[in-house]
Parts: sequence; structure tokens; C-alpha cells
Amino acid sequence: MGAGHAHPLYLPGTSAAHRLPAEVKIVAAFLGVLCVVATPREAFPVFGGYLLLLAAVWWVARIPPGWIARRSLIEAPFVVLAVLLPFTGPDPRIEWLGLSLSEAGLLGAWNILIKGTLGVLTSLTLAATTPLRDVLLGLQRLHTPPMVTTIATLMLRYADVIAAEARRMRLARIARGHDPRFLWQVGATARGVGSLFVRTYERGERVHLAMLSRGWAGEMPQLTDTRTTRRDWARGLAPVGVALVLAVTGWVMT
Amino acid sequence: MVLAMHMSDGLVNAPTSLAFGAVAVIGLAIAVTRARADLDDRSAPMAGLVTAFVFAVQMINFPILPGASGHLLGGALVAILVGPWVGMISIAIVLAVQALWFADGGLTALGTNIVNMAIIGVWTGYAVAVLLRRFARRSRPGLLTTAFIAALVNTVVASLGFVLQYAIGGAGGASLTTVFALMVGLHALIGIGEGIITAATVGAVAAVRPDLVHLLAGSPAKLELRRAGPHPEPSGSPDSTDSTDSTDSTDSTEATTRGSAS
Repeated sequence: MGAGHAHPLYLPGTSAAHRLPAEVKIVAAFLGVLCVVATPREAFPVFGGYLLLLAAVWWVARIPPGWIARRSLIEAPFVVLAVLLPFTGPDPRIEWLGLSLSEAGLLGAWNILIKGTLGVLTSLTLAATTPLRDVLLGLQRLHTPPMVTTIATLMLRYADVIAAEARRMRLARIARGHDPRFLWQVGATARGVGSLFVRTYERGERVHLAMLSRGWAGEMPQLTDTRTTRRDWARGLAPVGVALVLAVTGWVMT
Repeated sequence: MVLAMHMSDGLVNAPTSLAFGAVAVIGLAIAVTRARADLDDRSAPMAGLVTAFVFAVQMINFPILPGASGHLLGGALVAILVGPWVGMISIAIVLAVQALWFADGGLTALGTNIVNMAIIGVWTGYAVAVLLRRFARRSRPGLLTTAFIAALVNTVVASLGFVLQYAIGGAGGASLTTVFALMVGLHALIGIGEGIITAATVGAVAAVRPDLVHLLAGSPAKLELRRAGPHPEPSGSPDSTDSTDSTDSTDSTEATTRGSAS
């Protein structure tokens, strides 16, 4: 069960961004995206500034831009929604290449597209520089209730096990000629989900007994005692300061 | 094409995101205190595994129309199987993990996503299921119908949560009626798939381990049919040995590696 300690979006490294404590990075990413969302959509150059800022973070973290770009395709479905907006939006309309496009719709589409993209890029940067265990530790230090972090820890440990079991069950169905195309063929999948739940729950009962026999007292033990210094916070929040300046510039500009 | 269910950043403006983030935090704080009662002595490990199950199930795509598929939300499913409080926490953790590690759903949209799917979704599913509990207890078709309706209503109402947030602080240019028609239309289709999977899943669980279905907790046990003949084997070796041995061995190794790794 070596899996579960890395995830597909993590890029191993030892850069300054990798070494920052996770809670600093979580707070920084959240505040950064908040700045982006709060920026008025007409302040076009400011969004370029955000992109440059992210590029600088990638440079520090040694993340190749192409690596990030490939993984940012995850937001593609929302692009589809954004493409619809110019056609369905309210008047006034402008003519462009023979198409009648709504001005408000165009602005709305731009707004969703750029903010969504910047958000995904920020999340990806966080995920690329922070391994799973560190994020959990960071959430613990941000005073998330221990019950929640414990549940999240166990979930992450076992998500791969359960997902692998789901994959094996799917493979077994396919090997027996299962090829669902329509909604009414969903029965076999659904019964598979049912037995997956029973298996998962019974596995949970066994895991709980195994944990009890190894001295589980209701809470995950803290394993590291490294402290987050003020310097860590200052370094982690420096990009947020730049983002804040950009957001204020956007407000002043429009 | 897979329909993404999670809102991204920039769909609603910053004050709305923050307001719904606060609602999500308050809702989860209540859920954490109330979930302890549901979890009793089995506590967190069970909830962790149920959450892992929701996470794995969300990876399973089901067909809606040729070329389009959706994935399970699981709101009504967890509400029926483990109760609304634990269900809320499970769904919220899944959403947070997807936002933090898989960039699925925006960071600032996490609050709105949690309100839609973990709070509105789970509680709608649970409310419908409780309303229909009398039928669910009476017969198996009743239970399946209850699960189907709960999941269908849950999906559509959760999408209405998005429409509400869009009405309050929508950042797009689309008119409210367009968004309403688009969201409700899409989610009615997704909801049918969600309903069928939820019904079949609950049915499968109720057939094997009815004690695991939270909705049926407290209903009188059915009469058991017992053979009058002599017992096939003496006490001490229940029939579970052959079926669980193979999985037990893998689990104990897992627990060992986990113990040494952490």
C-alpha cells in the first residue's frame, strides 16, 4: 500500500515553496484567489499581473509551466458554460464575424473564464508543492477539529484502496461483457456500488479493531514538532501582498 | 464529456463566496458536534472509510445519454446509509479534498459547494427519506422508491442552491431564467441516474446488512427463518470464517504498514 502518500498533482521538489509549512500555503492560496475574485472584471491588465505573479511562484517552485498547463484542463467543462453566455446574455448586442453577441454575456464569460483559470492554477500550484500529509498537518494547525482531520486522514489513506477495489470490480464487469450506454443499463454498476459499500464498511470495522489493538485512543498523534515561524508566514504571504496591490489597482482603475 | 458538478472560482462574487463560506463553517461545526452521537464507539475510522467510499464512488461515471455521463454526488446515499450529520461531514471532506488536491472546484467556491452539496443536498435527501420512511420500512420496493425519490430531489434542489447563489451574487451575464432552466434541466437528468444508483445501492446494502442502513434503524427486526434440524457444526466456528479470511489477511498487512509508516 505504498500508494496514498503521493497524488497525481504533486511534483516532488525541495524548493523554497516546497519547504514552506502547509498552513501558510493554504492560507496564501485562499487569500490569493480571494483577491482575484474581488477584482473588477473590466480591469483587464490586472489579470495579466496575477498570471505573472503565479509564473514567478512557479519559477521559485521549479514547476514547468507546461506541466501546470496540461493539468489545468480539469476546468474545461466550465469553459463550455462560459462559451454559452455571449449567446444567451441580455442586450445590448454587438456584431462580430456575423455573430450577434451579448455585451454583458461576453464580459460575464470573460469573468468566469479568467477567474476560474486563475483559481485552478492557484490550486494546482498548492497541490504541486504540498504532499498530502503536510496538508493534513497544516489543517490541524489551522485548528480544524481533530475529528475532521482524523476522518480526512483515514479517507486519504483508504481512498486509493477503495478506488482500486472499484476499478477491479469494473474490470470484472467489463470482462463479462458489460458495456453500458444508456441510463437504464445502470443496474449492474449500481449493484456493484452497493456491494462496494458493504465491503468498505466491513473493512472499516476491521481497520477500527486493528487500530484499537495498536493503542488508538481517538485522535491522530502529532508526529512532528517543527514550529511555523513568523518568517515562514512573511515569506508565504509575500505573493498575497502583491496580489492585494494588484486587486487595489484594479479597483482604482475602474 | 463528463459533467463537472463543482463550481469554480469567479462564478459568484467575493462577498457571496465569503457569506456562504461562513454558512458552511457554521453548518459543519454543528455537524461535528452532533455526529459524535451517531458514531458511538466506532467513531472516526468508520466515518473515514465511508468518506473514502464516497470519494471512490464519485469516480464512477454513469451514462446519461450517449456521449454524456455524470458522476454520483452521493448526498442522499450517505444520508440514508450513515445519517445526515456524518453524511454532511463526509461530503464536505470529499469536496475539500477535491478542491485542495485535485483542483476540482475553486478554493473560494468551496463554501458555496459545501452549502449546495453537503448541507442542502444531504438534508434534502434526508428529509425526503424521513418523510417516506413508513413506506421504506414496509417493503423492499418501498425502500427502493424512497431512495430513488430522495436522490432525485436532492440533486435538483442542490442545483437550485447554485441558482440561489447566482441570483444573490452572480458574476456572469446570463439571465436568471436561462441559468435556472439549464441547471434544473441538466440536474433532472443527472438526478435520474443518481436516483437509480442510490436505490440499487441502498437495496444491495439492505439485502446483505440491513443493520447498516441508518434510515431503517429502530425498525422491528423481521422474523427469521431457522432450520429445525440439528446444527451443522458446533459453536465456536461461525460461517464467516471462509468468506472473510482472504480479505482479513490483506487488511492486517495494511494496518501494519500503516502503523510503521506513520
